[in-house]
Formats: sequence, C-alpha cells, structure tokens
Amino acid sequence: MLTVLLKKWRTGLKKINMTKETFKRVDGRKLNELRPMTAKVGVVPNADGSAMFSFGNTIAIAAIYGPRKLHPQHMQNPATGILRCTYDLLSFSVADRKKPGPSRRSQEISKVTEWALLPAIDLKGFPNTVVDVQIYILQADAGTRTAGINAASLALAHAGIPMKDLICSVAVGKQDKNIVVDLTKEEEDFEEGEGATDFAIAKLANTDEFTLLQLDGKIQPELIKDVMKLASEASKEIYEVQKKALKEVVQK
Amino acid sequence: MKNKINEAHEAVEESSSSESLEHTKRIVVIPGEVIVSGEDFLPGEGARRDGENIVSNRFGLAEIAGRVAKVITISGAFVPRRGNVVIGRVTDITFHGWMIDIDSASSAFLPIEESPRFVSKEEMDQFLAIGDVIAAKIWSVKAKGIDLTLKGKGLGKLEGGFIFRVIPSRVPRVIGKEGSMVSLIKEKTGCNITIGQNGWIWVKGQDTDSEIRARRAIEFVADKVYVDGLTEKMEDWFEKN
Repeated sequence: MLTVLLKKWRTGLKKINMTKETFKRVDGRKLNELRPMTAKVGVVPNADGSAMFSFGNTIAIAAIYGPRKLHPQHMQNPATGILRCTYDLLSFSVADRKKPGPSRRSQEISKVTEWALLPAIDLKGFPNTVVDVQIYILQADAGTRTAGINAASLALAHAGIPMKDLICSVAVGKQDKNIVVDLTKEEEDFEEGEGATDFAIAKLANTDEFTLLQLDGKIQPELIKDVMKLASEASKEIYEVQKKALKEVVQK
Repeated sequence: MKNKINEAHEAVEESSSSESLEHTKRIVVIPGEVIVSGEDFLPGEGARRDGENIVSNRFGLAEIAGRVAKVITISGAFVPRRGNVVIGRVTDITFHGWMIDIDSASSAFLPIEESPRFVSKEEMDQFLAIGDVIAAKIWSVKAKGIDLTLKGKGLGKLEGGFIFRVIPSRVPRVIGKEGSMVSLIKEKTGCNITIGQNGWIWVKGQDTDSEIRARRAIEFVADKVYVDGLTEKMEDWFEKN
C-alpha cells in the first residue's frame, strides 16, 4: 500500500516537474529561441560611428566618438589608445522613472562592457587617444547590457576602428530545470525553484573566445558548458543580424 | 580553393547596372570576415592572415590588387597620413610656429621654417593669426604629433569664401578619379574649391549663390557611398539644379 502511494506520489512529482518537452516559456518561445532582433547602423549622424540593436522590447543605441585626444592627460597611454565606455538607462526606459546620472549599476555595466569589447579591438595605431563608446538604453526589458554590447560592437565597426572580429552577446538563464536563452524581464523575475538565474555572455563571433561571463543567481557548475554552448548557437543568429545591418548601410 | 570574392562580386554586379564593368573588384566586408582564401594572396592594409584565409580587420570595401588584398574604410574619423592636404584653423602661436586644429586625434604643428616665405619671429601673427584658416600638407606623422608644411602648390592661408565639413571617409568620392569630380564641380559653378582630407572643404566663388550651389553639389556627392558612374549622375544633377 505504501509503495503504491509512493509510486503515485513520484509520478505526480514528475508531472509537476516540467521537463524539456512540456516546459512553456511565458511568451511561448522555444528554449533556444531569441526574441525578434533588429539592428541598424548609422543612427547618430554626429558620431563617428553608431548603431541601434534591439532584442524584442529592449532597445540599445551606441555611438562612437574618436579616436580623439584623451583628457585628462595623465590617462594617456603612449603605447596604445584606450577605450572608454559609458552605459546608462534613459529615464523613460523603465517602468518607474530612472533618476538620471551614473549609478552603481550603470558604472559596473560600463566597465564590464569595456572589458567585453576590448579583446576584439586594436588601438595600437592610435597612441595617446581615446575611443569613447556611449551606450544608452531607450527601452529596457532585460538583457540591456547584452543589447548594448551588440550595438557597441556594430558602432565600433562602423567607426572604422580596427577589430579582429565582431562581438555577439546574449543572456542565458535558467527557468526551473531548463536552460533558456534571451530572458525577458518577466522571466528574469522568475521565483520558483532556485529563483532567477541570469548569465550574460559575450563572445567573438567567429571564434570560441568568450569576453564576458557574468552570472547573477544560481547554476550548477556542470551546466555551464551547456549554457555556453547555447550562447554560442544564439551568437550565430545575432551575428547574421549584425552582418546584415553593416552591409545594408553601404548598399543604400 | 574557393575564391569567395568572385562570387560576392558577381552578386554585386548583378544588382548594379552594367556601368560597373570597369572598376576594380570590391566587396563590402565586416571585421572578421574572410576576404579571400588561398596561399597566393597577401594581407594588405586592414587585413590579416589567419591560416588559409585573408581576414578583414575592419569594416569597409575589400579590394584585391594583384596578390594583395586590402580593406578601405568607408566611415569613421579622419586618420592623418603623410602627404595629405588638410584644412585647419590656427589655435595658438608658439615661439617656433603655429598650432593648428585639423580635426584629428593629435594636434598639428606648423613650424616657422615651413612657411613659404621668411617670417620674422616678432611678427608671426601678421602672417597667420589665431583663427585664420589654412590649407597645409602633412609633412610627418609621429607619436608626438603631426607636422605640417605650407610649401607647395595651392597651400597657404585661405581668405574669403567659406568652409564646411563632410564625413572624412567620403572625401575620395568628392575628389573623384584623378580629381574628375571636383574639377566638374569647379567648372559648373565657377568656384574655387580646396578639399582637405580631414573633410573640411573651402569654397570661394564670384557670389554667394554659386558658392551655395557648389556646397550643395558636394554634399550630394558625399551622400552617395556606393554608386557607379557618379560623375555622369552629377552632370544630370547640374542640369536640374
């Protein structure tokens, strides 16, 4: 009797535990499906290079100024040019008004964006100069730093900066037991199971060099390989969008 | 061995008109994209070798001239090179020469010895004062800065007329093949035009109307990135405007 009950309880448990086949994401996407992406190059006429990139409702805009003379002078490096990133949310990009000006969060993201972009670019030809990257989020629905990195990568290419490769970036998360790509805000606030897991990843488009791995939440170490594999697959789709955007700007 | 550029070029040729038969093979490449594969080719400016392939290092137009594959930038800030003619503005007078703003990352210096005639150190501001606009040639580019010279044809202080700016990467378009475009604009408007590689353009004509016409013509050309037979299109433009 007890064993039968136990068996029933176990099968019941299995039904509750959503497996890969039955799991549905909030917006009905597949586990490895990205939100619709758009990219446009040359959106800021006054900048030396610029681009817009969006994942669904998340819209990021990036503008490049330079290479130009670096002030303050003590930051100048006679061996190479430096990269300086600024990331911020615009006041109206989130549901509650964001107080304008730098915050702890925006400074952190500026810095990780800089580190994510730096391995791809080569500023040795521009000593004592700076390349300023300004990233602003027009509309935020999770994945703003990844959209920002994608936009910045396009904008850097558009500015004619020597680059080894484009950078593709995407967030991977864990919903209960499933690894899903490109989370929305609703998914990011997922509270069942272990809670929200948000893993922002950036990599070079054509090689397996990862430039950003930023984990927020919990994940099993053995799953990280799967996460990176999923991010690599998603990067290919992002790369195609970026490639198309860059080529379009010339052929118009 | 697959020759990627040929395939891509054929696609471009099909989409554009038959005018493009003459020009050199050019395709749009993005950073990290394979331009051509094979051991026979050499990486030129803006390209690198990666195993079998020649890979682009920047966004631009890839061109294969003989065995060398290079990438020409089509956007971005001005990168000074030796021999470039630039237009700049005097920002400071020092003991040895003039500091010139040429709209690039490092500042430019015009030594007093590089003026076309003798200038006394006491009367430097009588030759070039702060705010004066000059056309100068880049004589050297070093990590410390850029040196300019005024010795050469067409160089010197620019007086009258007005200056405006186009995107520096579009300057070759405005000049045209062996100066064909700029001489067409000069001929049609009767204006005197000096084009700096830094994107600054000086226009001086008989009257303001012709100057404005020249400016509009130049801006029309600078707007077009990837058009074949632009000189012919420009002739049509002058008939309409």
